[in-house]
Parts: sequence; C-alpha cells; structure tokens
Amino acid sequence: MNRPTPSPRPPRHFNLVARVLHWSMALAILAMLFVGVGMVASLSLRPVLVDLHRPLGIAILLLVIVRLINRLRHPPPPLPADLPRAHAFAARASHWLLYTLMFAMPLVGWSMLSAGGYPVTIFKGFALLPIAPHHATIYAVLRSAHTWLALLLFATVLMHLAAALFHAWVRRDGVFASMARGALALPPPAAADADLESVEDKPIAPAPTNQRQQ
Amino acid sequence: MPDIDPAAIPSTTDRRWPGLLAIALIVASAALAFAWTAGWLTPGRLTPQRFTDAIEAANGQVWQGFRRAHAKGVCVAGYFEGNGQGQALSSARVFAPVRTPFVGRLSIGGGSPYGLDNQARVRSMALQLDSDDGQQWRMAMNSFPFFGVSSVQAFHEQTLANAPDPATGKPDPARQAAFAAAHPEFARFAAWAKSAPWPTSWANTTFNGVNTFRFVNRAGEVHDVRWSMQPRAAFAAMTPEQRAAADGDFLGEDLGARLAQGPLRWDMLVTVAQPGDAVADPSQSWPEDRRRVNVGSVVIESATPQATGACRDINYDPLVLPAGVQGSDDPILAARSAVYSVSFNRREHEIAGGKAAAATGRAAPQEATP
Repeated sequence: MNRPTPSPRPPRHFNLVARVLHWSMALAILAMLFVGVGMVASLSLRPVLVDLHRPLGIAILLLVIVRLINRLRHPPPPLPADLPRAHAFAARASHWLLYTLMFAMPLVGWSMLSAGGYPVTIFKGFALLPIAPHHATIYAVLRSAHTWLALLLFATVLMHLAAALFHAWVRRDGVFASMARGALALPPPAAADADLESVEDKPIAPAPTNQRQQ
Repeated sequence: MPDIDPAAIPSTTDRRWPGLLAIALIVASAALAFAWTAGWLTPGRLTPQRFTDAIEAANGQVWQGFRRAHAKGVCVAGYFEGNGQGQALSSARVFAPVRTPFVGRLSIGGGSPYGLDNQARVRSMALQLDSDDGQQWRMAMNSFPFFGVSSVQAFHEQTLANAPDPATGKPDPARQAAFAAAHPEFARFAAWAKSAPWPTSWANTTFNGVNTFRFVNRAGEVHDVRWSMQPRAAFAAMTPEQRAAADGDFLGEDLGARLAQGPLRWDMLVTVAQPGDAVADPSQSWPEDRRRVNVGSVVIESATPQATGACRDINYDPLVLPAGVQGSDDPILAARSAVYSVSFNRREHEIAGGKAAAATGRAAPQEATP
C-alpha cells in the first residue's frame, strides 16, 4: 500500500489518508470531550464553547464517514501474529466501539438539540435541519445518552491510548509505528529490513484473523 | 554470546516497568484533567448545576417539570412586525418590514408555579421568533429596568440569601441585610422593588432586555444595545388596596379578558450605547439621553396554559440569536444561558420520567398560594 511490492504481502502501515484522519480526529475528539464536559460546567465559557462544540461535532461526523470509506477500501495492517487472543479481541472490540461512538456522538447531539427545540446552529446564520421531533421525552433520553456515551468514549479513548503506548513501549511490535508513520525508504530486497527500519518495523507475519480495527 | 554476563541483560520484566509506569501516568493525567474540567475535583467551584441547586433551595422545594425560576406563566402566540428602522443597526431578518411569528411566554418571578400574582414584584416576557430565513431569536425580558447585581458570584449570593430559613420558612433578614451590605449596587434594585408602581396587567408592563447585546448591520458595523418592550396599552398602577384585594391569578384572567377584545401590542425600543457606557454590567443603567430607535411591534394574539402550550418545552435561552445579533461581555448573560440549560434539562427529564403531572396538565393545578 505504502510501498511498491510485488508480493501480496499485507501492508505494515496504515495508508496516508488513514493516518492523517486518525491523528487529526484524535485531536478533534479529545478537544470535543474536554469542550463538552467543560461547557456544561461553566457559567462563563458556555457560549464560546457551545459555538465551538457544534461545528466541531459535525466536522467529526463528516470525517468519520470519509474514514470508514477509506478503511473499507484500504484494509489496515494485520495485528501481530503473536498477540494474545484476548488482546486481539480487545483491540477489535474497542475499535468497533470507537467507530460506533464516532458516528453516534454527533448524531445523538444533533438529534438531541432537535428534540429540545434548539436550532442546530453550526455557524452564525446557518443551522442544520432538525432530525428528531421536538419532544420532552425524546430530548431527555437523548440528552442523557449524549452524556453517558461521551463518558464511554472518553474511557475508550484512554484505553486505546494505553494500548497504543503499550504496543510502542512495552511490546515494541510495530503496531504503534503502523499508525505513527508510513514505511521508510524503499526496501531493497528482503534482508535489508533490519538495517533500514527500526525494530518496530520488523516484519509482521500475516495473520488475517487478527485484522486490526483502525 | 558466551562472553556476555547474563546478569548485565535486563530481564524482560525489568524492561517493561518504565513503559508501564509512563503509560499509567499519561492515562491518569488525562483522566484527572478531564475530571477537573468537569468540575468533579472542585466542589467549591460555582457551576450551572450548583447555581441551579441554590435556586431550588431558595424555592424551598422542587416543582417537578416546572421552570426553576419564573415558574408560573402562560404561553402566548403572535408576531413581531418590523418597521425597517432596525435594519440600520442589525441585519437580523425580523427588523425588515415583515411579520415574524413567535411562541412566547408571560410569567411572574419566583420558583413556585402557584405564586401569587399580586405579590410577584417581577414579571417577564419571553419570545422565540422564527424568521422566514430559517433563523431563530430567543429573548427573555423582565419588568425591572436593571439587574440587581453585576456579577455571577453576587447573583449566586443573592439566591442563597433568599433561601428560606428552615426554622421560619422565610428568608433570614440578617442574611439578606448582609448580602445587601456586601453589594451596594443592589440598593438601586431594592429601591426600585420598593417604590416602582405595580402595573395592573401584563399588557401595560414594560419588559426590559437588561443585558447588553451587539447588533451587527449589513456593513459590519457593531453597536452595543439594550432593548425594551414598551406597552401600547394605557398604563395604570394598582393601589395598595387593589393589590391586596387582587386575585392570586389576576394576571392570567386579565390577559384572557384583554385578548378577547383584540391583540396586545408593545413597541420594541432599542437603546444604543455610547462609548463608556456600562455594557458589561446589567446593574448599571445607561444615561437617559441615549439614542432610542423604535424598530417594530410585538403583537400577542392568543394565550394558552403553559402545561399544554407550545412554550412549555422551550428553553428561552437569551443567547439563541440570529445573524446580526451577538451576545456581549456581560457575565450575567452567559450565566443565564448556562443556568437556563440546566433548569431545562432537569424539567424535561422530570416530564420524561412521568414525575410532572401538574406541569403537563395531567393533574389539576393547585390554587395560588403565598
């Protein structure tokens, strides 16, 4: 994917689009979580933060659509073959959860504002159409869901961060590098790997059953 | 590798520790920062939730499903009719010579939905205007001409000072006196509350925006403004005897009687600040000679009970604004927005949870009580 290779060897790195989306969305989502939890707890910053929260949320929704399409077209590198099954399961499950929440949070927020009768103002003079009826019960359910899903997302992000750093600093198995950067220089045939690439880039045996969720 | 002393090679376990420790520190720091941002680590920090708790405490009880402040009111409907004069100040569509429909609410101050109209010093008008360009403007105005305090902290202290003493069921006069002494700006409000006449109707009450907003016109020029809704109905004040004899629900009865005769009108007067005017302090009036522009009329055509009316599930957040209108640095404005949101969330949850029979018209309302 990132280097020309004659063999059908699976990629060792996420493609550039995936990496750019991953790191920009990582920043955006972390910012969103802090903006969200901060704006509901502030008597002074709420207006500024609300004005930031809504367009950023919709931006994340648009980005995650692009990201999912890219991911379906460019499968991520496989997990290391020697990863314990429980780890591999946790990796798959947490990535499904992250994707679900990246879609759910903006949609719940949008429909929650709709159900609360609020204009879904993205920027001054532009509001999205409502996607839920103005109704007290629907609003109350979605408003609570937005909070609890946000806490679940933050917890999942922390686990994801811990796991990524575990791969980078403890297992040193190339998983972190697969998202941190692209492949280095063009590899001369096979044996050169150890010289040109860091230990993190050591070849990973294909393990199709361990397809990693981005 | 026979020449290497095996003891010199760190064991796998030893090499894991620095990494694990660093990971734990990073994750814990992130979690702590999040908890701090949420206010969970600082119980003393004044948040919208704690402010709303103070209002509930001052109310003496929680009336489920009702607004935490200005709980008693009626929904009204009508339109705003711009006269074109406001367009020089703001590009908001409502100022064009068009009719913009609104869902509004007339109410009295206080946390009880059964408060006595003849004892409520403060009355209020809220409007949600939906203009034909798809934008919305929410306003929440009061009958007092200026706010009682200039800071959010003082607003909170005022709320606490008005909380009933558990021993007497009434606010503690010593605490109220201490509050007034600590906030000299409150004296003006107290004087207004004591001496201002009591209009006989919602229809002849002036409603003031109190907080400063910024109007932006098509040329991008910005003006700091405040506005008032000045009634067309003839002013008449209640005598103390009339007030004492009035029914606790007289405002709603009077409104119904007047609307049966025809719509009720207010002129929207926009006051434009001069440099140096107190734009961030709602407790300070601006000088009387400031330019005032009549920009159009608020016309109320009908009223419905709030339990079943369209205004019930609306949060009249004064910072829901169309293009051409912006908030200001007035700290009370941001605080109102934040506290209204918490009040709205709580009452909508109570309604959703089936705990708000009276607020939703599924139980007979109580009689007005002191």
